[in-house]
Amino acid sequence: MESITLVAIASVVTAGLCMAIGSIGPALGQGRSIQSALSSIAQQPDERNSLTRTLFVGLAMIESIAIYCFVISMILVFANPFWTYVVKKAGG
Amino acid sequence: MEIVAIDQISPDAVILLQIGFITINATLAYTWLVMAILVVGSILITRHLSSERTLSRWQNIMEVIINAVMGEISEISREHVRRYFPFIGSLFLFIALSNMLTFIPGYVAPTSSLTTTAALAVAVFFAVPIYGIASQGVLEYLKEYFRPNFLFFPFHVMGEFSRTLALAVRLFGNLMSHEKVVGILLAVTPLFFPVVMQVLGLLIGLIQAYIFAILTMVYIASATQTHEEAHKKHN
Repeated sequence: MESITLVAIASVVTAGLCMAIGSIGPALGQGRSIQSALSSIAQQPDERNSLTRTLFVGLAMIESIAIYCFVISMILVFANPFWTYVVKKAGG
Repeated sequence: MEIVAIDQISPDAVILLQIGFITINATLAYTWLVMAILVVGSILITRHLSSERTLSRWQNIMEVIINAVMGEISEISREHVRRYFPFIGSLFLFIALSNMLTFIPGYVAPTSSLTTTAALAVAVFFAVPIYGIASQGVLEYLKEYFRPNFLFFPFHVMGEFSRTLALAVRLFGNLMSHEKVVGILLAVTPLFFPVVMQVLGLLIGLIQAYIFAILTMVYIASATQTHEEAHKKHN
């Protein structure tokens, strides 16, 4: 196989895998945090404001992990440095 | 009208005007647009402030926004609300407006470019120690880095940098991913779903602006508060 094909295969497969595996952890974490926030709000409705604020901040923190994976797979698909390098080499 | 092509991940690559070595790209132009709307709008609104019983509509909406932001700040820091308000408020207003305007065709949010979000995160990166030193002095602030003992110094420094990176990439990733999802949906299901996603995008944009401002406030509060608590205990 040519190296250009190898780089293309590796980039596309890695982008998909990165998104697939990288979103499992944050999804589980967000589910758990929302679950415990909901039960806390059910127990203490008066504290709803501070609970919601903390929940949002925590969700943003957890979500940023999935966002990192997404940015990396976007770079692999749309702005791949290895791909441009290989194409430049092949072009001469 | 599509300004950013589907294979470009940032509006930086769209060059609108080039004079010599000065290039005006889409990010810059739309940042200026948002700044102009904010500045001209605030000047126009604050020119006719009244304390009568009847307010103008615009003064009313401004008071609502300012009250909400001040309330959020005071829930986190309890005191010195007016000291933090200009910074947090302008961050929130800038990010919120630049995210909300995405429903205008042809507009690309400047926050969907990594350069804008990195600039905002660097502003936060410098604001945290400035507020910390202003409230508790240089020595007390630097002591924070050596707590609970000197072994933790590298972790504190790493934390400063990684949270700045996280702030920048979070905002950029959310906005950019939203644009790409709408672009891909336009190709797959042209009429209905892109509109729903745009509505969802308005919500995401507002939440991201809220989160950016709240996280900044939490960082500032954690850099300023320890001393005040110790001070209260001392008294």
